[in-house]
Amino acid sequence: MSTLALLLTQTVNALSQSALLFFLGVGLTLIFGLMRIVNFAHGALYMLGAFVGYSIAAWSGSFWLALAGAPLLVGLFGAGFELTILRRLYRRDAHAFLMVTFGLALVVGEAVRLTWGSDALQVAGPPALSGVVFMLDEPFPVYRLFLVAIGVVVAVAIWQFLERARLGLLIRATSQNADMANALGVDVKMIRSCVFGIGCGLAALGGVLAAPLVTASNGMAATVIIDAFVIVIIGGMGSFLGSLIGALLIGFVQVFGNYYAPDFALAFMYLVMLAVLVMRPGGLLGKEA
Amino acid sequence: MLRIEGMNTHYGASHVLQGVDLDMPQGRISAVLGRNGVGKTTMVKTIMGLVALSAGRVAIGDTDITGWPPHLVARAGVAYVPEGRLIFPDLTVIENIKVGEREARNGRGRKWPLPRLLELFPSLRERSANRGSQLSGGEQQMLAIARALVSDPKVMLLDEPSQGLAPLVVRELARVIQLLRDEGVTILLVEQNMKLAEAVADELHIMVKGRMVYSATPAVFRAEEDQIRARFLTV
Repeated sequence: MSTLALLLTQTVNALSQSALLFFLGVGLTLIFGLMRIVNFAHGALYMLGAFVGYSIAAWSGSFWLALAGAPLLVGLFGAGFELTILRRLYRRDAHAFLMVTFGLALVVGEAVRLTWGSDALQVAGPPALSGVVFMLDEPFPVYRLFLVAIGVVVAVAIWQFLERARLGLLIRATSQNADMANALGVDVKMIRSCVFGIGCGLAALGGVLAAPLVTASNGMAATVIIDAFVIVIIGGMGSFLGSLIGALLIGFVQVFGNYYAPDFALAFMYLVMLAVLVMRPGGLLGKEA
Repeated sequence: MLRIEGMNTHYGASHVLQGVDLDMPQGRISAVLGRNGVGKTTMVKTIMGLVALSAGRVAIGDTDITGWPPHLVARAGVAYVPEGRLIFPDLTVIENIKVGEREARNGRGRKWPLPRLLELFPSLRERSANRGSQLSGGEQQMLAIARALVSDPKVMLLDEPSQGLAPLVVRELARVIQLLRDEGVTILLVEQNMKLAEAVADELHIMVKGRMVYSATPAVFRAEEDQIRARFLTV
């Protein structure tokens, strides 16, 4: 393989990895920006998305239905959880959230094990995307190109939603000053439920899309939650653009690190985070912490 | 238009408002004066529903809004211009105003649509694409009023609007407040700046230790001013 072809395929690999990481990080950062809480269950909901997607695909025979249905169901579940449980905790201190969302992670993890078993489940990607394309004469899986494309689409959609839509404006206003938004007639509680649901749905979207690459397994929650935290910390907690930049950085560090120095790949991620935090304690686009 | 009866508010163990009564006639400017820390801001926040009241009643027109959450108080027709303005720093001027925007009630056209607000506040039109954090204090104050006005309110609560503003800007502020009154908005003006309050208010009230202790028209107030100042306002 020529150096150029190698660079190209690894770059597209990194971009597809970044897309998966972005789905996790952006939800986490939106939730943090609005509620100042860290959702420990984010990884578990990503995993739940993969398993729900597996079942929808197995039942309907359509990956596309799974791709639409799993985020929707997990998003509704997240909004329901906010509505019934999290909502009671806003007047308390942040520890209550850590405990409750950590508890949710455990419950979801166990529920997944009881429902789908402990074995990893193979999820077939859509047949239309199962082939390879040739880039500089090197074969490359179409599915990974699809991940890059959907990553771009989702990133642009969220950005436009936040900038243009009325609900997006109210989310930004509430993130900046919830009491003031409330006093201007914004139903802040409804906004919180929506954003928690959207964040959970995005995590599930990441899970469904990752499943054909890594299989749906009980272990998938634990690994990604760390990645997601690192992304959000690098980008600046609460910053949409920050989560995008963080996901790109970590995607490239992971893929290139794995290729050139597999033994140190994990360390690279933390080194990048350290370097960012030394230079900008609040993250790249965060307010100074 | 806005009526408060026996309003009591506690912050933990401290009893901040101890039975505030206030009846604001429609289309008038009622000013509340008082030293720092007597409970003026707490009263405004309690009306808004941002602070829970422990006893008493708040009504707007015939609607009892006691204990309503802030967004419903706002939708009932109360607009809030807070102390320190609290402009959304990362939203543009236009976006700040749009947060307060709502569908017109029962199909009527809106009284204060965006173009009219920009006409009323020409400095905001020039800075419409700027972020809230880039505005001067005076511009932020006008933006806070525009953001409150866009909801077409019956009552506007203005908490220390002249704070930190240059005399020229305070004069402009006085003009705007009177213009709103002439347009039928009922205004509650909480101020330390006695000159502004005297200049614009139709009624003056003085608050001491969580209670209203004195009410008068500006003319009567002026006649008794030296005594009143010494008794209630100077430290």
